Amino acid sequence: MDELLKILKQNALESPENIAKMLNLKVGEVKARIAEYEKKGVIRGYQAILNEDQLDLGRVTAVIEVKITPEREGGFNKISSRIARFSEVQSIYLMSGAYDLLLFVAGKDLREVASFVSEKLATIEGVISTSTHFMLKTYKHHGILMETEHEDERLKVSP
Amino acid sequence: MKTSGSKSPREWVAGHVRDIPRSGIRDFFDIVSTMKDIISLGIGEPDFDTPWHVRESTVFSLERGATHYTSNLGLLELRKAVARYVNRFFKASYDPETEILVTVGVSEALDLALRALINPGDEVMYHEPCYVSYRADIIFAHGTPVVVETRAEDDFRLTREMLEKKVTPKTKLLLLNFPNNPTGATLPRKDVEEIAEFAKKHDLLVITDEIYAELTYDGEHVSIASIPGMKERTIFLHGFSKAWAMTGFRLGYACAPAELTEAMMKVHQYTMLCAPTMSQKAAIEALTNPEFDVTQMREEYHKRRNFLDRSFREMGLPCSKPRGAFYAFPNIGGMGLTSKEFALKLLDEEKVAAVPGNAFGDCGEGFLRCAYATSMDNIKEAMARMERFVKRLRK
Repeated sequence: MDELLKILKQNALESPENIAKMLNLKVGEVKARIAEYEKKGVIRGYQAILNEDQLDLGRVTAVIEVKITPEREGGFNKISSRIARFSEVQSIYLMSGAYDLLLFVAGKDLREVASFVSEKLATIEGVISTSTHFMLKTYKHHGILMETEHEDERLKVSP
Repeated sequence: MKTSGSKSPREWVAGHVRDIPRSGIRDFFDIVSTMKDIISLGIGEPDFDTPWHVRESTVFSLERGATHYTSNLGLLELRKAVARYVNRFFKASYDPETEILVTVGVSEALDLALRALINPGDEVMYHEPCYVSYRADIIFAHGTPVVVETRAEDDFRLTREMLEKKVTPKTKLLLLNFPNNPTGATLPRKDVEEIAEFAKKHDLLVITDEIYAELTYDGEHVSIASIPGMKERTIFLHGFSKAWAMTGFRLGYACAPAELTEAMMKVHQYTMLCAPTMSQKAAIEALTNPEFDVTQMREEYHKRRNFLDRSFREMGLPCSKPRGAFYAFPNIGGMGLTSKEFALKLLDEEKVAAVPGNAFGDCGEGFLRCAYATSMDNIKEAMARMERFVKRLRK
């Protein structure tokens, strides 16, 4: 992967000036390349990674395994994109193995998620079955640990 | 009761130990350790944690009871893994049965090599600025240290011409360290080949400390052990501290022709017995899946190197481009202060710690060692503070 993208994946707030220093580029070139990635749709957005457990939002997240019948034209894609458009669906992946789609669905409580599953998801034509698991705690999200790292225990000066 | 003629404590200490001055780093450490909230560019060890798979497998080896002595040479499984790695990465081939000795860090390996090879009075050439231990280690082994000074205007490279000026009939050993701590210098192939020719011409043994080899950012790393005809006269030292961030495991190794390995093993056997077993187990794990860990860390250091390099240029401090290790060695000679004064003032006024260059040899005076084994956020802040500091000094 382009080093520029690696830096932004690590810290989307990194300034073009600093990125230019790290990669030994001109600032203008960094800005142009970021703009190009945005235009091409490689960069699809910038988000903060939150430790939601700390915010006491009272929200629930469900992980839902879904079996579907592929359509004659469009295979899994058509039905998957139909499901993806629901605002409740945070993430959706096509999987190999015992089921076809894996969904991450957020709601304000169990009942809201349950009604999404029974009224919206399960009734979609082509959906064969669903299996819903509720997430209890997040330890690591997008490569970031949710616990605060211990302090630097190294000697302050060493040879 | 003190009887007349009894010795003072100072007199009990052996002369050749007493006469070695305290390390400049220790003096500086004592000052820094009393201060709070400083950003330290003074740390000569990786800021990365040891890769998790290595730590996890160490715990597993303890659970399984790998807590006894190993063979003096070290676990054969580890020596075989080392042989494969050294062959692949350094292009030098060693027999794991007889030519590899596992040690407590490169520090022990160097000590063993010097003690096993030096007769009192033998001259050992080494280059400065350099790691703080070399001179003292040579003296502890009753050798005579001979300094070859490298210079900023040559990017701190070591050349054959410099060596020819210092070689005498008493010279027995040449000690090399590239990529270099504290300068970040590396040696291009041409220089390595010429130094090899020099060693052959004068029939010298070479000890090469290549602990930072994996952290090379521009060009290839060339080991002198890989040059034809050099393996026979080279003791190659390497370890796990830097590339795998395993400093506290204290694990290194020496690779050398069988008779030299046997001699070092003799000293090792009677003084250390063997390297810690759990660390040897950890090292086996490190070598079975090394590329990913090392590549990731190198990429991160590379970005920091670029950042520092450009920052020093922007603040007008001349700095030869550091091509390896994780140190930059800017020239602060134009600021009207000695290295020590500069470092202390920087610490006092901006709470940034960096080691005065003269801690690494007299010719390091006028320079400052800035280690970039710290987070990018720390580096950004440290550079902003240094820029402010330098501007103030220039007023």
